[in-house]
Amino acid sequence: MTEATSSLSASRIGGSETRSISKLDIGLKRRYAAERRFRTYGLVAVTIAICFLVALFGSIVAKGYTAFQQTRISMIVNFDANIIAPDGDRSPAAIMAGNAFRFDDLIAASLQSTLELDPNDEDALYDGLDLLSKGSAPMLRTMIAKDPSLIGTKRNVDFYATGDVDSFVKGSIRADIPESQRLVKDRHIAIIQKLEKEGALRLAFNTGLFTNGASTRPELAGVGVALVGSLYMMLVVLVLSLPLGVAGSIYLEEFAPKNRWTDLIEVNINNLAAVPSIVYGLLGLAVFINFAHLPRSASLVGGLVLTLTTLPTIIIATRAALKAVPPSIREAGLGVGASKMQTVFHHVLPLAMPGVLTGTIIGLAHALGETAPLLMIGMKAFIVEYPTTPFDPATALPTQIYMWATEPERAFTERTSAAIIVLLAFLLAMNSLAIILRRAFERRW
Amino acid sequence: MGPLWLLALIAGLSFFGFVLGRWKSVVLSGKGRGSLAARPGYYGAYVLIWTAMPALLILVALSVAKPFLIEQTVRTNLPEQVLANAAQLSLEVSGVQQVAAGLKLVTPEELEDIRIGVVAARSTFARHGLPLGQDVKPYQLVAAAALNLVSDGLDTAVDAAVVAALGFGLIFAFVRVKPRLRARNLVENTVLALLIAASSVAILTTVGIVLSLLFQALQFFSMVSPANFYLGTVWDPRFAAAGSSESGQFGFLPLFWGTLYISFFAMVVAVPIGLFSAVYMAEYATSKVRSIAKPLIEILAGIPTIVYGFFALTTVGPMIRDYIALPLGLGTSGNNVLTAGLVMGIMIIPYVSSLSDDIITAVPRSLRDGSLALGATRSETMRQVILPAALPGVVGAVLLAVSRAIGETMIVVLAAGVAARASLNPFEEMTTITVKIVNQLTGDLEFTSPQTLVAFALGITLFVITLGLNVLALTIVRKYREQYE
Repeated sequence: MTEATSSLSASRIGGSETRSISKLDIGLKRRYAAERRFRTYGLVAVTIAICFLVALFGSIVAKGYTAFQQTRISMIVNFDANIIAPDGDRSPAAIMAGNAFRFDDLIAASLQSTLELDPNDEDALYDGLDLLSKGSAPMLRTMIAKDPSLIGTKRNVDFYATGDVDSFVKGSIRADIPESQRLVKDRHIAIIQKLEKEGALRLAFNTGLFTNGASTRPELAGVGVALVGSLYMMLVVLVLSLPLGVAGSIYLEEFAPKNRWTDLIEVNINNLAAVPSIVYGLLGLAVFINFAHLPRSASLVGGLVLTLTTLPTIIIATRAALKAVPPSIREAGLGVGASKMQTVFHHVLPLAMPGVLTGTIIGLAHALGETAPLLMIGMKAFIVEYPTTPFDPATALPTQIYMWATEPERAFTERTSAAIIVLLAFLLAMNSLAIILRRAFERRW
Repeated sequence: MGPLWLLALIAGLSFFGFVLGRWKSVVLSGKGRGSLAARPGYYGAYVLIWTAMPALLILVALSVAKPFLIEQTVRTNLPEQVLANAAQLSLEVSGVQQVAAGLKLVTPEELEDIRIGVVAARSTFARHGLPLGQDVKPYQLVAAAALNLVSDGLDTAVDAAVVAALGFGLIFAFVRVKPRLRARNLVENTVLALLIAASSVAILTTVGIVLSLLFQALQFFSMVSPANFYLGTVWDPRFAAAGSSESGQFGFLPLFWGTLYISFFAMVVAVPIGLFSAVYMAEYATSKVRSIAKPLIEILAGIPTIVYGFFALTTVGPMIRDYIALPLGLGTSGNNVLTAGLVMGIMIIPYVSSLSDDIITAVPRSLRDGSLALGATRSETMRQVILPAALPGVVGAVLLAVSRAIGETMIVVLAAGVAARASLNPFEEMTTITVKIVNQLTGDLEFTSPQTLVAFALGITLFVITLGLNVLALTIVRKYREQYE
């Protein structure tokens, strides 16, 4: 700008047309270059931000997509009555009781027949057993206990391979590194190849990922239990924060007199929205667990804490939605003789509802991904069983991810990424729902 | 009856009351409803409120009071020498509560055997599926029996009081339903009271945060002096063994340094990228680019922080270690300040960019048009007119982002490490306030040792720092908005 003025005045004083134009050009060139540079900086910044996003998603999907498949080894098992029920008692209780190692014998027998092993070659048998998950015998036991009529028959059973074998089959443990550093030895690889050739070893969709609970063995670990815990928490959050948030915002927006007290509440809510979530966790620990003696790691407590973290978001969204309803609606209601309360509940609130719901869903999505406060109230627990009520010990999807993230095994890294993909899929679904709701019901006044 | 049954009873009777009240008002007004002072539904709601509210209040009050009454009972029944040992008292109380739970399991014959000392209570309880850590002492049995008596009595009292309140409220309100009763005003006032109560939950939360943190933090400061805490340069809390009086050093400064250093790197990443993309979005982008790029950047804000933590732990950390730290010989750990700062910066970009975008677009059109009309290019307008005008707002946005960086937990828990040290080398492991809060509260559950309580002292410090930053930032942003409104 300054250059422009100075060159213009210079042309006037100097009087020479050609000189001033060339001088003006030089200035313009520089200024346009600066303009282009500035513009490029902006573009680069946007590109970098989007690249980060792509790198984040890319790295997680690349690490996690393999976890949706899992290596299974299918073998024909002879459900030998003499081994399963040596005393002839075929009740589920008798099957669950007694020496658990007898089910290993069943597996050993079927492995020997599948691999056509010499019955006296114990080393080969143990090499073969190494491939199978250590959870195979308990799996067989529960299977028989659920359906005792299996006893005496021959059936094809899908066993899980261990996490290491799974990683090898998927190629993330490579065969070309020295054997001493490899978790899967050469003799195991030979068996894997043999099983693959016979069609016994294959990759199948990993249903366990969605149904199982915590486990120290990656091949048996799943997010099912954590999903149920998260679901309970979301229910608690929805049931508490929607009415509380809507009621609070209606008062603040429609009824509250403008004074110091409401000003204080207003500042307070804005600040609460920015308080670190871990502080809410400390509050939950001190108040709900230490003071009120609610059960530790229960989804109820998690839900209560997340309600407090979500409430400011919902209040802010609801107030914006109420504010967007034009005053003429209220005036019309009051004008035909409705009370203030009737106007608000019969006319203003229904019109604001799409905005309220959108805000609530976005708040819930935030709560679903919240981790730090849940660590404080002990939801970082090793939970194998599905919680049946919100009072039972439970874990949540993000805390499950946190626990898996620190496990060193490759199979767990893969599962952590898969759990993150599941979490992100839920968030995506919720946010899309919010956008669809807004598009479908939004009214422009 | 359990509390859930009581709640169900309250809900059922209230609904019944609603129907009854509505029915009576309709019947009384005969065919012409005009003589009623309110619409029939309000009479129903009137009876409903009178039925449910007193009963609910009694239920809540007694449920809150119950644990205190029970603890009081246990204390009065414990012998002197146990009461004298204050440190063990809470342990004793929970021990007695366990014994009381056990006493409810056993059959009368077994109870008699335990009382005369033929069998040990512990083994009997274990047979009923309640393993105890220690043998049951005689005075515990006495206290537990008293506890069971009181708690059974209390349960009966709660049941009776709630049922009485329900019946009384229902009948009282039903009798009062008359055509001239101004039921709507009463109902609306109750609803208004409920609305006010709901809006004060926000205040209660703040008060709850401050009180609960302060209470535990004061307990901590009675063991470790505030000067030692805030000015200490060594963080070495030692392991908190139950009952051990050994206390380590709780120096806050290394944690604070780690927090600030990581936040600094986060800002180095987030502020330029966020600000420049906000400028680009506001000034240069076509509406098509804007409609795609802006939501994409905002997705970054919607991703849970645990996901960023995992990304830092498994991708960014090893990359920085292998390609920068190891070749330069500056560090050997995948957990380092730079990783945590970089990833946190990515997370914060959208906070900076969308707030700055709002603020830049809020600068009046006239300023921009005036500058462009004078012949300034768009970048000159941006740099010399719009950004100076928007500066306070942008500063506010950055402060909000800083407060978010300081309070961020999951990224640093996974990526920054646990070693409390103050150094300038960004490739070293350092730790933050939030990491230590998580570490100190994992595992040990006794709230009597300084090792656990320090988490609350850290928590309230964190709360005060972020609160200060937020108040400052929100005041600046608000002032700025008012300037152009």
